[in-house]
Amino acid sequence: MRYSGSVLSVSGVTKRFGGLVAVDNLSFDVSEHEVMGIIGPNGSGKTTMLNMISGVFKPSMGVISMKGGRISDLPAQEIARRGVGRTFQLVRLLPTMSVLENVVAGAVFGHRRRWGREAEDQAHQMLERVGLEAMAFAPISSLTYIDQKRLELARVLAGDPEVLLLDEWLAGLNPTELETGIELIQDLRREGRTIILVEHVMDAIRSLCDRCVVMSSGVKIAEGTPDDVLSDREVIRAYLGDDDA
Amino acid sequence: MKVASWKELGIAALIALLAALVPLVFDAYWLSVSVTAMMYIALCTSWALFSGPTHYISLATGAFFGIGGYLVGTGMSDYEVSFWVMAAISPIVATLLAALIGLATLRLSGVYFVIFTLGLAEMIRNLVSWIQNNFLGSRGLYVLTDFTESHIYWMLLIIACFVYLLGWLVARSRLGFALKIIGNDEAVAKHVGINTAMSKVILFMTTGFFAALVGAVIAPRYTYIEPNQVFSPELSFLVVIMALLGGAGRLWGPLVGVIPFTLIWEFVSIQAPNSTTLFLGVVFLLIVYVLPHGFVGRIEQLNKKLREGRS
Repeated sequence: MRYSGSVLSVSGVTKRFGGLVAVDNLSFDVSEHEVMGIIGPNGSGKTTMLNMISGVFKPSMGVISMKGGRISDLPAQEIARRGVGRTFQLVRLLPTMSVLENVVAGAVFGHRRRWGREAEDQAHQMLERVGLEAMAFAPISSLTYIDQKRLELARVLAGDPEVLLLDEWLAGLNPTELETGIELIQDLRREGRTIILVEHVMDAIRSLCDRCVVMSSGVKIAEGTPDDVLSDREVIRAYLGDDDA
Repeated sequence: MKVASWKELGIAALIALLAALVPLVFDAYWLSVSVTAMMYIALCTSWALFSGPTHYISLATGAFFGIGGYLVGTGMSDYEVSFWVMAAISPIVATLLAALIGLATLRLSGVYFVIFTLGLAEMIRNLVSWIQNNFLGSRGLYVLTDFTESHIYWMLLIIACFVYLLGWLVARSRLGFALKIIGNDEAVAKHVGINTAMSKVILFMTTGFFAALVGAVIAPRYTYIEPNQVFSPELSFLVVIMALLGGAGRLWGPLVGVIPFTLIWEFVSIQAPNSTTLFLGVVFLLIVYVLPHGFVGRIEQLNKKLREGRS
Protein backbone atom coordinates (compact mmCIF):
# COMPACT_ATOMS: atom_id res chain seq x y z
CA MET A 1 0.00 0.00 0.00
CA ARG A 2 2.67 2.48 1.02
CA TYR A 3 4.29 4.06 -1.97
CA SER A 4 8.00 4.63 -1.83
CA GLY A 5 9.13 8.08 -0.78
CA SER A 6 6.62 8.28 2.03
CA VAL A 7 8.41 9.66 5.06
CA LEU A 8 5.61 9.47 7.52
CA SER A 9 2.60 7.26 7.32
CA VAL A 10 -0.42 7.16 9.56
CA SER A 11 -2.62 4.14 9.19
CA GLY A 12 -5.87 3.43 10.91
CA VAL A 13 -5.08 5.61 13.90
CA THR A 14 -7.75 6.05 16.56
CA LYS A 15 -7.51 7.96 19.83
CA ARG A 16 -10.10 7.62 22.56
CA PHE A 17 -10.29 9.70 25.70
CA GLY A 18 -12.74 7.74 27.81
CA GLY A 19 -15.93 7.70 25.74
CA LEU A 20 -14.80 10.47 23.41
CA VAL A 21 -13.29 9.44 20.10
CA ALA A 22 -10.99 12.35 19.25
CA VAL A 23 -9.45 10.75 16.19
CA ASP A 24 -11.30 8.00 14.38
CA ASN A 25 -9.50 5.54 12.10
CA LEU A 26 -7.40 8.13 10.32
CA SER A 27 -4.90 7.28 7.59
CA PHE A 28 -2.64 9.39 5.43
CA ASP A 29 0.87 9.43 4.03
CA VAL A 30 3.32 12.27 3.76
CA SER A 31 6.02 12.02 1.16
CA GLU A 32 9.42 13.60 1.24
CA HIS A 33 9.61 17.38 0.59
CA GLU A 34 5.86 17.60 0.83
CA VAL A 35 3.97 20.24 2.76
CA MET A 36 0.79 18.76 4.05
CA GLY A 37 -1.98 20.61 5.82
CA ILE A 38 -4.33 19.16 8.38
CA ILE A 39 -7.39 21.37 8.49
CA GLY A 40 -10.86 21.19 9.95
CA PRO A 41 -13.20 22.99 12.34
CA ASN A 42 -12.27 23.48 15.98
CA GLY A 43 -12.32 20.29 18.00
CA SER A 44 -12.01 18.05 14.98
CA GLY A 45 -8.95 16.28 16.37
CA LYS A 46 -6.14 17.99 14.44
CA THR A 47 -3.95 18.77 17.41
CA THR A 48 -4.63 15.33 18.89
CA MET A 49 -3.36 13.84 15.64
CA LEU A 50 -0.22 15.97 15.84
CA ASN A 51 0.24 15.01 19.48
CA MET A 52 0.16 11.35 18.53
CA ILE A 53 2.80 11.84 15.84
CA SER A 54 5.12 13.69 18.22
CA GLY A 55 4.56 11.20 21.02
CA VAL A 56 2.55 13.22 23.55
CA PHE A 57 -0.17 10.56 23.31
CA LYS A 58 -0.06 7.01 22.12
CA PRO A 59 -2.77 5.99 19.67
CA SER A 60 -5.48 3.73 21.09
CA MET A 61 -5.33 1.84 17.81
CA GLY A 62 -3.41 2.00 14.57
CA VAL A 63 0.18 2.61 13.61
CA ILE A 64 2.27 5.66 12.86
CA SER A 65 5.54 4.93 11.14
CA MET A 66 8.45 6.93 9.89
CA LYS A 67 10.43 5.63 6.93
CA GLY A 68 8.96 2.22 7.56
CA GLY A 69 9.89 2.12 11.26
CA ARG A 70 7.07 2.17 13.76
CA ILE A 71 7.20 5.25 16.00
CA SER A 72 3.77 5.19 17.61
CA ASP A 73 4.92 3.16 20.61
CA LEU A 74 8.01 5.26 21.30
CA PRO A 75 8.31 7.99 23.94
CA ALA A 76 8.38 11.61 22.74
CA GLN A 77 12.13 12.04 23.16
CA GLU A 78 12.82 8.99 21.01
CA ILE A 79 10.52 10.30 18.27
CA ALA A 80 12.30 13.65 18.44
CA ARG A 81 15.64 11.88 18.02
CA ARG A 82 14.33 10.04 14.98
CA GLY A 83 13.82 13.44 13.40
CA VAL A 84 10.34 14.70 14.19
CA GLY A 85 10.35 18.29 15.45
CA ARG A 86 7.32 20.29 16.51
CA THR A 87 6.06 23.64 17.66
CA PHE A 88 3.23 23.93 20.14
CA GLN A 89 -0.20 25.48 19.69
CA LEU A 90 0.52 27.71 22.70
CA VAL A 91 4.16 28.75 22.34
CA ARG A 92 6.43 26.96 24.79
CA LEU A 93 9.76 28.59 25.55
CA LEU A 94 12.30 28.16 28.32
CA PRO A 95 11.76 31.34 30.35
CA THR A 96 14.88 31.34 32.54
CA MET A 97 17.21 31.00 29.56
CA SER A 98 18.38 33.48 26.97
CA VAL A 99 17.17 33.46 23.37
CA LEU A 100 20.36 31.76 22.26
CA GLU A 101 20.19 29.07 24.96
CA ASN A 102 16.61 28.33 23.94
CA VAL A 103 17.84 27.45 20.47
CA VAL A 104 20.90 25.59 21.73
CA ALA A 105 18.44 23.39 23.64
CA GLY A 106 17.11 22.23 20.28
CA ALA A 107 20.57 21.63 18.84
CA VAL A 108 22.01 19.55 21.68
CA PHE A 109 19.64 16.63 22.07
CA GLY A 110 17.89 16.53 18.70
CA HIS A 111 18.06 14.44 15.58
CA ARG A 112 21.68 15.52 15.13
CA ARG A 113 23.37 15.95 18.48
CA ARG A 114 25.85 18.76 18.91
CA TRP A 115 27.64 20.24 21.86
CA GLY A 116 29.67 23.28 22.83
CA ARG A 117 30.82 25.54 20.02
CA GLU A 118 29.15 23.50 17.32
CA ALA A 119 25.78 23.72 19.05
CA GLU A 120 26.13 27.46 19.53
CA ASP A 121 27.10 28.02 15.91
CA GLN A 122 24.11 26.01 14.83
CA ALA A 123 21.89 28.06 17.14
CA HIS A 124 23.21 31.35 15.74
CA GLN A 125 22.56 30.10 12.22
CA MET A 126 19.01 29.14 13.07
CA LEU A 127 18.36 32.49 14.73
CA GLU A 128 19.58 34.19 11.59
CA ARG A 129 17.40 31.86 9.58
CA VAL A 130 14.24 33.05 11.37
CA GLY A 131 15.44 36.65 11.56
CA LEU A 132 16.08 36.80 15.28
CA GLU A 133 19.87 36.99 15.41
CA ALA A 134 19.83 40.53 16.80
CA MET A 135 18.02 39.25 19.89
CA ALA A 136 20.40 36.34 20.60
CA PHE A 137 21.38 37.50 24.07
CA ALA A 138 18.08 39.07 25.08
CA PRO A 139 15.89 37.59 27.79
CA ILE A 140 12.74 35.78 26.72
CA SER A 141 10.52 38.37 28.40
CA SER A 142 11.57 41.02 25.89
CA LEU A 143 10.21 39.15 22.87
CA THR A 144 7.04 40.09 20.99
CA TYR A 145 4.54 37.38 20.09
CA ILE A 146 5.83 36.79 16.57
CA ASP A 147 9.38 36.73 17.89
CA GLN A 148 8.40 34.09 20.43
CA LYS A 149 6.97 32.03 17.58
CA ARG A 150 10.13 32.57 15.57
CA LEU A 151 12.23 31.48 18.49
CA GLU A 152 10.24 28.31 18.95
CA LEU A 153 10.67 27.55 15.27
CA ALA A 154 14.41 28.20 15.51
CA ARG A 155 14.65 25.76 18.41
CA VAL A 156 12.89 23.08 16.40
CA LEU A 157 15.00 23.72 13.30
CA ALA A 158 18.18 23.53 15.36
CA GLY A 159 17.61 19.80 15.80
CA ASP A 160 17.63 19.24 12.02
CA PRO A 161 14.23 17.56 11.96
CA GLU A 162 13.31 15.53 8.91
CA VAL A 163 9.64 16.09 9.56
CA LEU A 164 8.44 19.40 10.92
CA LEU A 165 5.10 19.63 12.71
CA LEU A 166 3.68 23.14 13.00
CA ASP A 167 0.64 23.45 15.22
CA GLU A 168 -1.19 26.66 14.27
CA TRP A 169 2.10 28.40 13.93
CA LEU A 170 0.43 31.32 12.11
CA ALA A 171 -2.46 31.77 14.53
CA GLY A 172 -2.76 35.04 16.42
CA LEU A 173 -0.47 37.04 14.16
CA ASN A 174 -1.47 40.44 12.80
CA PRO A 175 -1.59 40.91 8.99
CA THR A 176 2.00 42.13 8.63
CA GLU A 177 3.34 39.41 10.92
CA LEU A 178 1.27 36.88 9.02
CA GLU A 179 2.97 37.87 5.80
CA THR A 180 6.39 37.46 7.42
CA GLY A 181 5.31 34.14 8.87
CA ILE A 182 4.05 32.76 5.57
CA GLU A 183 7.27 33.83 3.86
CA LEU A 184 9.29 32.03 6.49
CA ILE A 185 7.40 28.77 5.94
CA GLN A 186 7.65 29.32 2.16
CA ASP A 187 11.41 29.40 2.63
CA LEU A 188 11.39 26.16 4.59
CA ARG A 189 9.30 24.65 1.88
CA ARG A 190 11.78 25.76 -0.75
CA GLU A 191 14.53 24.11 1.25
CA GLY A 192 12.67 20.91 0.63
CA ARG A 193 11.59 20.13 4.18
CA THR A 194 8.77 17.78 4.93
CA ILE A 195 6.18 19.73 6.87
CA ILE A 196 2.85 18.89 8.40
CA LEU A 197 0.93 21.93 9.45
CA VAL A 198 -2.29 22.32 11.34
CA GLU A 199 -3.73 25.63 10.32
CA HIS A 200 -6.85 27.77 10.20
CA VAL A 201 -5.52 30.58 8.03
CA MET A 202 -6.92 29.71 4.59
CA ASP A 203 -4.57 32.00 2.63
CA ALA A 204 -1.64 30.23 4.18
CA ILE A 205 -3.06 26.83 3.38
CA ARG A 206 -3.62 27.75 -0.27
CA SER A 207 -0.16 29.17 -0.73
CA LEU A 208 1.80 26.65 1.32
CA CYS A 209 0.26 23.20 1.13
CA ASP A 210 0.72 20.62 -1.58
CA ARG A 211 -2.00 18.52 -0.12
CA CYS A 212 -4.55 18.73 2.67
CA VAL A 213 -6.34 16.32 4.91
CA VAL A 214 -9.63 17.67 6.19
CA MET A 215 -10.88 16.39 9.52
CA SER A 216 -14.26 16.75 11.11
CA SER A 217 -15.21 15.16 14.43
CA GLY A 218 -12.10 13.01 14.30
CA VAL A 219 -12.81 11.57 10.85
CA LYS A 220 -11.05 12.32 7.58
CA ILE A 221 -13.68 13.80 5.29
CA ALA A 222 -11.50 14.84 2.38
CA GLU A 223 -7.97 14.70 1.05
CA GLY A 224 -6.40 16.42 -1.95
CA THR A 225 -4.99 19.71 -3.16
CA PRO A 226 -6.11 22.77 -1.20
CA ASP A 227 -8.30 24.04 -4.06
CA ASP A 228 -10.02 20.70 -4.43
CA VAL A 229 -10.74 20.11 -0.78
CA LEU A 230 -11.83 23.66 -0.09
CA SER A 231 -14.50 23.44 -2.77
CA ASP A 232 -15.65 20.00 -1.61
CA ARG A 233 -19.32 20.04 -0.49
CA GLU A 234 -18.60 17.86 2.51
CA VAL A 235 -15.85 20.20 3.68
CA ILE A 236 -17.96 23.32 3.25
CA ARG A 237 -20.73 21.64 5.21
CA ALA A 238 -18.32 20.79 8.04
CA TYR A 239 -17.15 24.36 8.26
CA LEU A 240 -20.33 26.31 7.58
CA GLY A 241 -23.21 23.97 8.31
CA ASP A 242 -25.92 22.46 6.08
CA ASP A 243 -27.61 25.61 4.81
CA ASP A 244 -24.63 26.94 2.94
CA ALA A 245 -23.57 23.73 1.31
CA MET B 1 32.36 32.73 30.38
CA LYS B 2 35.08 30.09 30.44
CA VAL B 3 37.43 32.27 32.52
CA ALA B 4 34.67 33.10 34.98
CA SER B 5 33.87 29.45 35.59
CA TRP B 6 37.52 28.58 36.23
CA LYS B 7 37.73 31.54 38.57
CA GLU B 8 34.68 30.20 40.40
CA LEU B 9 36.44 26.87 40.85
CA GLY B 10 39.59 28.61 42.05
CA ILE B 11 37.71 30.58 44.68
CA ALA B 12 36.01 27.38 45.82
CA ALA B 13 39.39 25.66 46.17
CA LEU B 14 40.71 28.55 48.22
CA ILE B 15 37.68 28.48 50.52
CA ALA B 16 38.10 24.71 50.93
CA LEU B 17 41.73 25.20 51.87
CA LEU B 18 40.83 27.79 54.50
CA ALA B 19 38.02 25.55 55.75
CA ALA B 20 40.56 22.74 56.21
CA LEU B 21 42.36 24.87 58.80
CA VAL B 22 39.26 25.23 60.99
CA PRO B 23 40.03 22.32 63.38
CA LEU B 24 43.49 23.79 64.04
CA VAL B 25 42.13 27.16 65.04
CA PHE B 26 38.75 26.65 66.68
CA ASP B 27 38.05 25.39 70.20
CA ALA B 28 35.94 22.32 70.87
CA TYR B 29 32.62 24.17 70.91
CA TRP B 30 33.14 25.99 67.62
CA LEU B 31 34.58 22.88 66.03
CA SER B 32 31.42 21.03 66.91
CA VAL B 33 29.35 23.82 65.32
CA SER B 34 31.61 23.61 62.27
CA VAL B 35 31.06 19.86 61.95
CA THR B 36 27.32 20.44 61.90
CA ALA B 37 27.71 23.22 59.34
CA MET B 38 29.97 21.10 57.13
CA MET B 39 27.50 18.23 57.29
CA TYR B 40 24.72 20.51 56.05
CA ILE B 41 26.94 22.07 53.41
CA ALA B 42 27.56 18.64 51.90
CA LEU B 43 23.89 17.62 52.23
CA CYS B 44 22.44 20.87 50.88
CA THR B 45 24.84 21.13 47.96
CA SER B 46 24.10 17.59 46.86
CA TRP B 47 20.36 18.15 47.39
CA ALA B 48 20.56 21.21 45.16
CA LEU B 49 22.27 19.23 42.39
CA PHE B 50 18.92 17.59 41.72
CA SER B 51 16.35 19.98 43.14
CA GLY B 52 18.03 23.22 42.05
CA PRO B 53 17.64 22.89 38.30
CA THR B 54 14.56 20.64 38.23
CA HIS B 55 12.56 22.35 41.03
CA TYR B 56 11.56 18.94 42.34
CA ILE B 57 11.59 19.40 46.12
CA SER B 58 12.73 16.15 47.68
CA LEU B 59 12.09 15.43 51.36
CA ALA B 60 13.81 12.07 51.22
CA THR B 61 17.23 13.31 52.38
CA GLY B 62 16.52 12.05 55.90
CA ALA B 63 15.90 8.56 54.55
CA PHE B 64 19.19 8.36 52.67
CA PHE B 65 21.10 9.98 55.50
CA GLY B 66 19.48 7.50 57.88
CA ILE B 67 20.49 4.54 55.74
CA GLY B 68 24.08 5.73 55.98
CA GLY B 69 24.02 6.10 59.75
CA TYR B 70 21.96 3.02 60.42
CA LEU B 71 23.99 0.69 58.23
CA VAL B 72 27.21 1.86 59.83
CA GLY B 73 25.62 1.33 63.26
CA THR B 74 24.19 -2.09 62.60
CA GLY B 75 27.23 -3.29 60.69
CA MET B 76 29.65 -2.25 63.38
CA SER B 77 27.75 -3.27 66.50
CA ASP B 78 25.86 -6.36 65.32
CA TYR B 79 28.18 -7.84 62.72
CA GLU B 80 31.55 -6.37 63.68
CA VAL B 81 32.26 -5.08 60.21
CA SER B 82 34.72 -2.23 60.00
CA PHE B 83 33.56 1.38 59.71
CA TRP B 84 35.20 1.78 56.31
CA VAL B 85 33.43 -1.20 54.79
CA MET B 86 30.05 0.00 56.04
CA ALA B 87 30.76 3.56 54.93
CA ALA B 88 31.42 2.18 51.46
CA ILE B 89 28.38 -0.13 51.35
CA SER B 90 25.76 2.27 52.67
CA PRO B 91 25.94 4.87 49.87
CA ILE B 92 25.56 2.09 47.33
CA VAL B 93 22.46 0.80 49.09
CA ALA B 94 21.06 4.33 49.19
CA THR B 95 21.83 4.85 45.51
CA LEU B 96 19.94 1.70 44.59
CA LEU B 97 17.02 2.79 46.74
CA ALA B 98 17.10 6.23 45.11
CA ALA B 99 16.94 4.56 41.71
CA LEU B 100 13.83 2.63 42.77
CA ILE B 101 12.20 5.73 44.23
CA GLY B 102 13.14 7.70 41.15
CA LEU B 103 11.59 5.17 38.82
CA ALA B 104 8.43 5.00 40.94
CA THR B 105 7.97 8.76 41.14
CA LEU B 106 8.69 9.67 37.55
CA ARG B 107 5.11 10.49 36.81
CA LEU B 108 4.69 12.63 39.90
CA SER B 109 5.41 16.30 39.84
CA GLY B 110 4.98 19.33 42.04
CA VAL B 111 3.41 18.78 45.42
CA TYR B 112 2.77 15.07 44.78
CA PHE B 113 6.46 14.42 44.50
CA VAL B 114 7.11 16.34 47.74
CA ILE B 115 4.50 14.41 49.69
CA PHE B 116 5.61 11.10 48.26
CA THR B 117 9.22 11.59 49.28
CA LEU B 118 8.16 12.66 52.78
CA GLY B 119 5.89 9.65 53.16
CA LEU B 120 8.56 7.38 51.83
CA ALA B 121 11.15 8.64 54.30
CA GLU B 122 8.70 8.04 57.14
CA MET B 123 7.93 4.57 55.86
CA ILE B 124 11.59 3.63 55.75
CA ARG B 125 12.10 4.96 59.26
CA ASN B 126 9.22 2.94 60.66
CA LEU B 127 10.19 -0.14 58.71
CA VAL B 128 13.75 -0.06 60.01
CA SER B 129 12.57 0.56 63.59
CA TRP B 130 10.14 -2.31 63.33
CA ILE B 131 12.72 -4.72 61.95
CA GLN B 132 15.20 -3.60 64.56
CA ASN B 133 12.74 -4.04 67.44
CA ASN B 134 11.24 -7.34 66.33
CA PHE B 135 14.07 -9.26 64.77
CA LEU B 136 17.40 -7.77 65.69
CA GLY B 137 16.80 -7.52 69.39
CA SER B 138 18.64 -4.50 70.57
CA ARG B 139 17.12 -1.11 70.02
CA GLY B 140 20.19 1.06 69.92
CA LEU B 141 23.47 0.59 68.14
CA TYR B 142 26.98 1.56 69.13
CA VAL B 143 29.39 3.18 66.72
CA LEU B 144 32.74 3.13 68.43
CA THR B 145 35.71 4.48 66.50
CA ASP B 146 38.90 6.37 67.22
CA PHE B 147 37.75 9.36 65.21
CA THR B 148 37.92 12.79 66.77
CA GLU B 149 35.68 15.66 65.75
CA SER B 150 38.52 16.97 63.60
CA HIS B 151 38.67 13.71 61.62
CA ILE B 152 34.96 13.78 61.03
CA TYR B 153 35.16 17.41 60.00
CA TRP B 154 37.88 16.73 57.46
CA MET B 155 36.05 13.76 56.00
CA LEU B 156 32.92 15.86 55.60
CA LEU B 157 34.96 18.62 54.00
CA ILE B 158 36.33 16.15 51.45
CA ILE B 159 32.82 14.94 50.66
CA ALA B 160 31.61 18.54 50.31
CA CYS B 161 34.46 19.26 47.90
CA PHE B 162 33.60 16.21 45.83
CA VAL B 163 29.95 17.25 45.67
CA TYR B 164 30.97 20.73 44.59
CA LEU B 165 33.34 19.49 41.93
CA LEU B 166 30.74 17.07 40.64
CA GLY B 167 28.16 19.86 40.51
CA TRP B 168 30.63 22.04 38.64
CA LEU B 169 31.20 19.30 36.09
CA VAL B 170 27.51 18.47 35.74
CA ALA B 171 26.63 22.13 35.20
CA ARG B 172 28.94 22.12 32.18
CA SER B 173 27.69 18.86 30.74
CA ARG B 174 24.80 17.88 28.53
CA LEU B 175 23.18 16.35 31.60
CA GLY B 176 23.25 19.67 33.46
CA PHE B 177 21.83 21.48 30.46
CA ALA B 178 19.12 18.84 30.15
CA LEU B 179 18.12 19.32 33.79
CA LYS B 180 17.88 23.06 33.29
CA ILE B 181 15.54 22.51 30.37
CA ILE B 182 13.49 20.02 32.40
CA GLY B 183 13.14 22.63 35.16
CA ASN B 184 11.87 25.13 32.62
CA ASP B 185 9.41 22.95 30.75
CA GLU B 186 9.34 19.19 30.84
CA ALA B 187 7.20 18.90 27.71
CA VAL B 188 9.73 20.92 25.72
CA ALA B 189 12.54 18.84 27.22
CA LYS B 190 10.98 15.65 25.88
CA HIS B 191 10.31 17.16 22.48
CA VAL B 192 13.87 18.32 21.97
CA GLY B 193 14.95 14.74 22.56
CA ILE B 194 15.87 14.59 26.23
CA ASN B 195 15.32 11.37 28.12
CA THR B 196 13.80 13.26 31.04
CA ALA B 197 13.22 10.20 33.19
CA MET B 198 16.81 9.03 32.91
CA SER B 199 18.26 12.48 33.63
CA LYS B 200 16.15 12.95 36.73
CA VAL B 201 16.86 9.50 38.11
CA ILE B 202 20.63 9.85 37.64
CA LEU B 203 20.72 13.09 39.62
CA PHE B 204 18.35 11.78 42.27
CA MET B 205 20.64 8.78 42.73
CA THR B 206 23.58 11.13 43.14
CA THR B 207 21.88 13.01 45.96
CA GLY B 208 20.96 9.71 47.58
CA PHE B 209 24.55 8.53 47.36
CA PHE B 210 26.00 11.61 49.03
CA ALA B 211 23.31 11.87 51.71
CA ALA B 212 24.05 8.29 52.77
CA LEU B 213 27.78 8.89 52.69
CA VAL B 214 27.39 11.92 54.94
CA GLY B 215 25.13 9.91 57.24
CA ALA B 216 27.74 7.17 57.45
CA VAL B 217 30.65 9.50 58.13
CA ILE B 218 28.83 11.46 60.81
CA ALA B 219 27.63 8.32 62.62
CA PRO B 220 30.76 7.98 64.82
CA ARG B 221 29.97 11.42 66.22
CA TYR B 222 26.80 10.16 67.88
CA THR B 223 28.40 6.95 69.28
CA TYR B 224 24.93 5.59 70.10
CA ILE B 225 22.41 5.33 67.27
CA GLU B 226 18.68 4.75 67.25
CA PRO B 227 16.82 4.37 63.96
CA ASN B 228 14.33 7.05 65.01
CA GLN B 229 17.12 9.48 65.52
CA VAL B 230 19.08 9.01 62.30
CA PHE B 231 16.01 8.81 60.08
CA SER B 232 14.88 12.18 61.37
CA PRO B 233 12.36 13.94 59.11
CA GLU B 234 13.53 17.21 60.62
CA LEU B 235 16.82 16.79 58.79
CA SER B 236 15.01 16.61 55.44
CA PHE B 237 13.24 19.88 56.16
CA LEU B 238 16.39 21.58 57.42
CA VAL B 239 18.25 20.65 54.26
CA VAL B 240 15.49 22.08 52.08
CA ILE B 241 15.23 25.27 54.09
CA MET B 242 18.95 25.95 54.22
CA ALA B 243 19.40 25.23 50.53
CA LEU B 244 16.49 27.50 49.60
CA LEU B 245 17.67 30.20 52.00
CA GLY B 246 21.00 30.31 50.20
CA GLY B 247 19.47 29.79 46.79
CA ALA B 248 19.36 26.47 44.97
CA GLY B 249 19.96 28.04 41.58
CA ARG B 250 23.71 28.35 42.06
CA LEU B 251 26.21 25.77 43.16
CA TRP B 252 27.52 28.00 45.95
CA GLY B 253 24.01 28.98 47.03
CA PRO B 254 23.56 26.36 49.77
CA LEU B 255 26.89 27.39 51.27
CA VAL B 256 25.74 30.95 51.95
CA GLY B 257 22.49 29.59 53.35
CA VAL B 258 23.96 26.96 55.66
CA ILE B 259 26.49 29.10 57.52
CA PRO B 260 24.20 31.86 58.85
CA PHE B 261 21.40 29.36 59.43
CA THR B 262 23.56 26.98 61.48
CA LEU B 263 24.89 29.84 63.61
CA ILE B 264 21.43 31.19 64.37
CA TRP B 265 20.06 27.67 64.85
CA GLU B 266 22.82 27.00 67.36
CA PHE B 267 22.04 30.25 69.17
CA VAL B 268 18.30 29.57 69.26
CA SER B 269 18.80 25.97 70.45
CA ILE B 270 20.82 27.20 73.43
CA GLN B 271 18.85 30.30 74.32
CA ALA B 272 15.35 29.05 73.62
CA PRO B 273 15.41 25.30 72.99
CA ASN B 274 11.63 25.14 72.66
CA SER B 275 11.50 27.72 69.91
CA THR B 276 13.50 25.94 67.23
CA THR B 277 10.38 24.95 65.29
CA LEU B 278 9.17 28.53 65.51
CA PHE B 279 12.48 29.69 64.12
CA LEU B 280 12.19 27.18 61.28
CA GLY B 281 8.75 28.56 60.44
CA VAL B 282 9.98 32.15 60.47
CA VAL B 283 12.84 31.30 58.12
CA PHE B 284 10.45 29.53 55.81
CA LEU B 285 8.18 32.58 55.67
CA LEU B 286 11.23 34.74 55.08
CA ILE B 287 12.19 32.63 52.07
CA VAL B 288 8.69 32.68 50.61
CA TYR B 289 8.04 36.40 51.05
CA VAL B 290 11.44 38.08 50.96
CA LEU B 291 13.96 35.72 49.40
CA PRO B 292 12.23 33.60 46.77
CA HIS B 293 15.58 32.94 45.12
CA GLY B 294 17.56 32.89 48.34
CA PHE B 295 20.54 35.02 49.24
CA VAL B 296 22.01 34.22 45.84
CA GLY B 297 19.03 35.77 44.08
CA ARG B 298 19.36 38.92 46.17
CA ILE B 299 23.11 39.16 45.63
CA GLU B 300 22.74 38.78 41.88
CA GLN B 301 19.95 41.34 41.84
CA LEU B 302 22.15 43.84 43.67
CA ASN B 303 25.05 43.07 41.35
CA LYS B 304 22.88 43.74 38.34
CA LYS B 305 21.65 47.03 39.79
CA LEU B 306 25.21 48.13 40.52
CA ARG B 307 26.32 47.29 37.01
CA GLU B 308 23.37 49.10 35.48
CA GLY B 309 24.00 52.08 37.72
CA ARG B 310 27.57 52.30 36.54
CA SER B 311 26.96 52.03 32.82
